[in-house]
Amino acid sequence: MNKTHRVPSNRSLSTVEVKSKFGAEFRRFSLERSKPGRFDEFYGLLQHVHHIPNVELLVGYADVHGDLLPINNDDNYHKAISTASPLLRLFLQRKEEADYTFGTNSLTRKKNTVLSAVLLRPDATRKKPPVIISLPRDFRPVSSIIDVDILPETHRRVRLYKHGQEKPLGFYIRDGSSVRVTPQGLEKVPGIFISRMVPGGLAESTGLLAVNDEVLEVNGIEVVGKSLDQVTDMMIANSHNLIITVKPANQRNNVVRGGGGGGGGGTASGSSGRSSDSGASYYGYSSHGGVGAAAPAPSHIIQNFPVGELESEEEDDEDLVIEVGGEAESAGRDPADYGMPSLPRYEPHLNLRTPSALSVNGAALASGSSGPPNRAAEMRSLEEDGTVITL
Amino acid sequence: MKRFRRHGQESQRERLKQELFQFNKTVEHGFPHQPSALGYSPSLQLLAIGTRSGAIKLYGAPGVEFMGLHDENAAVTQVHFLPQQVELVTLLDDNSLHMWTLKAHTGLSELLEIGRFTLTGPPGAPPSVTRVTAVLAHSSGELLLLGTEGGHVFIVEVPGFRELEERNISLDQVASSVPDNYTCRRNLEHVEALQENPVNPSQVVIGYGRGLMVVWDLKKQRAIQHIPGTQQLESVWWTEDGGYLLSSHNDGSYCRWTMGSKDVDEEDVKSDIPYGHFPCKAISKIVQLSTEEGPPFLLFSGGMPRASYGDRHCITVIHGKTHVALDFTSRIIDFFAIRGGPQHTGDPSALVVLVEEELVVIDLQTEGWPVIQTPYLVPLHSSAITCSHHVSAIPLKLWERVLAAGNMQSTHYSKKPWPITGGQNLGPDPPQRDLLLTGHEDGTVRFWDASGVCLYPSYKLSTAGVFHTDADPNDNMNQGTEGEWPPFRKVGCFDPYSDDPRLGVQKIHLCKYSGYLTVAGTAGQILVLELNDEAAEQTVEAKVVDLLQGQEGFRWKGHTQLDVREEPVLFPPGFQPFALVQCQPPAVVTALTLHSEWKLVAFGTSHGFGLYDYQQKNNVLIKCTLNPSDQLAMEGPLSRVKSIKKSLRQSFRRIRRSRVSLRKHHVNNAAKLQDANARLEAELAEMEIAPVQRKIEARSSDDSFTGLVRTIYFADTFLADSSHNTPSLWAGTNGGCVFAYMLRLPAAERRADEPVTAQPAKEIQLMHRAPVVGILVLDGHGAPLPEPLEVAHDLARSPDMQGSHHLVVISEEQFKVFGLPKVSAKTKLKLTAMDGSRVRRVGVAWFGSSRSEDYGESGLVVLTNQGDVHVVSLPTVKMQVHYPCVRREDVSGIASCVFTKHGQGFYLISPSEFERFSLSARCLVEPRCLVEAPTDSSTQRGSLLDGASSAHRITKQESEDAESAARRVMEHALLNDEQVLQEIQKSLEGDHTSFLENNVKNAVA
Repeated sequence: MNKTHRVPSNRSLSTVEVKSKFGAEFRRFSLERSKPGRFDEFYGLLQHVHHIPNVELLVGYADVHGDLLPINNDDNYHKAISTASPLLRLFLQRKEEADYTFGTNSLTRKKNTVLSAVLLRPDATRKKPPVIISLPRDFRPVSSIIDVDILPETHRRVRLYKHGQEKPLGFYIRDGSSVRVTPQGLEKVPGIFISRMVPGGLAESTGLLAVNDEVLEVNGIEVVGKSLDQVTDMMIANSHNLIITVKPANQRNNVVRGGGGGGGGGTASGSSGRSSDSGASYYGYSSHGGVGAAAPAPSHIIQNFPVGELESEEEDDEDLVIEVGGEAESAGRDPADYGMPSLPRYEPHLNLRTPSALSVNGAALASGSSGPPNRAAEMRSLEEDGTVITL
Repeated sequence: MKRFRRHGQESQRERLKQELFQFNKTVEHGFPHQPSALGYSPSLQLLAIGTRSGAIKLYGAPGVEFMGLHDENAAVTQVHFLPQQVELVTLLDDNSLHMWTLKAHTGLSELLEIGRFTLTGPPGAPPSVTRVTAVLAHSSGELLLLGTEGGHVFIVEVPGFRELEERNISLDQVASSVPDNYTCRRNLEHVEALQENPVNPSQVVIGYGRGLMVVWDLKKQRAIQHIPGTQQLESVWWTEDGGYLLSSHNDGSYCRWTMGSKDVDEEDVKSDIPYGHFPCKAISKIVQLSTEEGPPFLLFSGGMPRASYGDRHCITVIHGKTHVALDFTSRIIDFFAIRGGPQHTGDPSALVVLVEEELVVIDLQTEGWPVIQTPYLVPLHSSAITCSHHVSAIPLKLWERVLAAGNMQSTHYSKKPWPITGGQNLGPDPPQRDLLLTGHEDGTVRFWDASGVCLYPSYKLSTAGVFHTDADPNDNMNQGTEGEWPPFRKVGCFDPYSDDPRLGVQKIHLCKYSGYLTVAGTAGQILVLELNDEAAEQTVEAKVVDLLQGQEGFRWKGHTQLDVREEPVLFPPGFQPFALVQCQPPAVVTALTLHSEWKLVAFGTSHGFGLYDYQQKNNVLIKCTLNPSDQLAMEGPLSRVKSIKKSLRQSFRRIRRSRVSLRKHHVNNAAKLQDANARLEAELAEMEIAPVQRKIEARSSDDSFTGLVRTIYFADTFLADSSHNTPSLWAGTNGGCVFAYMLRLPAAERRADEPVTAQPAKEIQLMHRAPVVGILVLDGHGAPLPEPLEVAHDLARSPDMQGSHHLVVISEEQFKVFGLPKVSAKTKLKLTAMDGSRVRRVGVAWFGSSRSEDYGESGLVVLTNQGDVHVVSLPTVKMQVHYPCVRREDVSGIASCVFTKHGQGFYLISPSEFERFSLSARCLVEPRCLVEAPTDSSTQRGSLLDGASSAHRITKQESEDAESAARRVMEHALLNDEQVLQEIQKSLEGDHTSFLENNVKNAVA
């Protein structure tokens, strides 16, 4: 590498030298190690220095082991900055034409890249199967059996993920009666049962529910004493994240606890189901770039994808707020044109941590054909933040 | 409970909740559904009505009412007060007798059941032997005579219901003494009537179905006279002097028999068929009342010529030369006359008629026998109720003007005070003047004084006059032509037939400060009315609003819009329409609100919503909310019928298809055919027993009627930025969408010239897509924004504009609070996800603490589809209390519910009755009344006539009370208002802007 560009050692303690590659072009600049700022600012900066303001990017860096790792949220951005010694090497790709794979050994495996020659890895590592780090958009939450560890073996708690799919939930429930063991002996009590599956529906495709399964709980609330209509309303109200506890009619496929994952359930892997991902950071540009691009068509926005679901069960239903016209100055517009509102600005609003909300805004704005003027202001403030740019 | 003790704060909150909330069903307003029996006690001056559902209701002076319910779910067939006592006996359909009494308890009377009894016949006897058909409460107050279907008369001692077997009058005893010349000595049939001789209590007349009447001496236990009636008997009346017996018969005749002598000869009989010549219907009851001077009153029900007027429900009143057939609009249950004089034996003063749908009282002392307005038991359903709207704390000025307009309408009523005056109303004067407005199918809006226990009609507004309808212009009240026979006179106001269903009123909004009223109906019509004390002739200019806004591919298949009268129409004093908006397509108006300060009316239908400026009389905004894939919205009101047809057709097709498939299988083989038949049967059986199932599916944007506007709301709040508040309009749809518009109003002095403009500002799509049923903005203190003009009238604190405002969106499933102006979600309460119930009705109420005068909270009052009422706190949206209120199955009851601003509510328990309930521990309207037993004891009752000392309990002061009750209510409220005003003025530090003052002047002027 070109050593003449090395910065003096005294600076290396406080700043990180960054070498950023996009296609065939390199840019160099430096960042304060102690004040790296937020990821979205960094992302804006990258677009700025490469003069590609409207290009959706995947950002990767080479870590000390020579693995190509992604930068797509505050956490891994800060990690990248803190571990850079002293140079932070970045690889930018257009999102749509990404061909690097993130993961361990990712750079070494790509022999044709320039880097592989530089960063020689011990041969031993090659024998280990590489760990591939997928991008968020490659993940899709799936329906699963959950809480196996706390439920009786005869019961099954099923979480049906509905979001972002055209698949209908696709099942029917009915009244029925079930036999319970009580101190007084066997007793017939009214119960709610699954009566029918819609072919091709979500419920059927998971294979976790079956006709004649007795419904015991809906999202943790017992259905005993509730009418069919009440249970129907409860299920529909929870339809975006429906967790049903059933007593399967077929008790042979139950998940056997402890004993080596037998029982043929196979789906017991997500046993807790409540493990919440780093929700807010997930809400990075990458998952929302597509949304921003589709901004003028509200129907895409409505499927606000997984953000809510992953954050926690509480914040599962995010309402959509559309600002029309918005600012006070636009109120003075000629009343004749209110019928056809100008490009609406979408603003998901619900309890998002500020940084991620901003990033979404930024992404949406950047992709919009007529970006409001405050985008420039944002950029300016970024530069004034004290980030040193050395081109 | 233990949990709360550990947390001091929570237990304190629990205590506070008990001081704030308390659930009571307080009183039933209106007319009992399906009345089946009527009773009256002259000594108590109380009226009793029994119903088909087993309820018994007692009414006295206005405000005095009691209710009881029999445990058996059987119809009450007869009600009899024990003379001179506070007990009454009811006979039910299941042949059981029940004794009720009015017990005084801590100064208030309550109606209690104290005994029940069923006649037991000799073993092995058929049930008809003991089936009670006639009841006589003997004037001694100790005996009950029970005539039965078997023809026996059983004598029972009351109140203990002890059978006096030795005194029973068996059919054999009577039959043996019947004279031989009685033409039909076959079967006497059942006991039809029992009457006591008014001058000799030991004599009773037993009327048998076949027509024979026997006068029986209770002391000597033998028949003393036989009256050989030959026609099927309907009723018997013994005249007051004991000299005559009147019997009415099923051929429309009545007979007058002279009493006293031995057996009656044919010559002593005077028989008459009043509407004779042609066959007549039965006279079911006959009464003759003497007057001090002049001819007696003869009253009878029925007897109409069968062919020509057999369908009329008539009571004939004959007094001297005056002969009137009172023609009622529903079946006559029973009637009685109230008599004047200290012992209630004087001239008849009023005729009280219970018909199936109303109670009619006719003043017999005033020329022309006018009707006396009933202070209770009003037929709410004289035309079916389609909606209701409650306005609390009406300012005195508006109250007086409405009452004055109402008085002008009720000139045809008698000026006499209400004649039933039993009991004392001990309830406190109502704290404020409340109006309940009901919209009806015939296009009328009725204003009811709902301040107290009695729901009193105060004014009736008809909107039909604005439109061309097929209705006959001449009022059916005075249709009688000269010389008509029988001389009919229409009475009563129950008229269930609507001329044009499009006139039906669907939404009402009244501004109590300005007197502006807006009324919207079934055919998309929205009328704006103002109160005018003078009659005025004016044209109502219609403005058509096209809510489709160019949306293509829709075709309205429902009714057409109403035709507006183009010529000027004369409107009587009261609310007079001055502006009309007609929605196109003319679908039912589903949301309506009026802002009198801004002079705007906003309305919504299943297609969109609009904003109308009623000062400049033009449209400000039209917004189409239709989803292009929603075809059902265009079907109009007929869609339901169609879908039934469609499903029928489908099921037929299914059967046919299975037959067709059968035919294919069928290879002329008998066994195969049988097999196939069996299969078909099994298939059909399966189809029938297939259980009810519900589809579980997330709501999508393509669902039907997502564009239907459910709620519409005006607020002066922060919509654009947090420093400038602006007028705004909010609309919520069935698809979980909220639209917010920023309004720009010209300055007050240019309000008439410059246009009002509306800018779209925000659109919120609730992720759960449940219908939005309520929108509310809370001020900086978390209190709901005051009503328009409320602050200007010094009746409310100005809203806090310093702190940030909050938006509360109430959907059928959730309560969500958002911050303004950013619309950032703050808190929420997920009702449906928690317990599967959905919000049906919602209101905002203020709950005062029952312990300390100055503490109170605002809360949301909610009625769910499970029939439970909940109170949800504001702005924290936490569930406070919930009580079961309406039966879950009573869909119309739930849909009819309306809440007041002070934590009370009304819902229909039948088409004609409102149940009033209260959630507030402080604000409670319930009957509190006392009925005292007549002072003369029953032992004095030997002379059969009330002694001169008998209780004339109705003091002059009390009757005055009844007359001037309304005025006192007003005075009281005025006093209260002044206090309130002073208090508020003291506490208000903010000064009013000139803008507000201007508006006040405008509103007052």
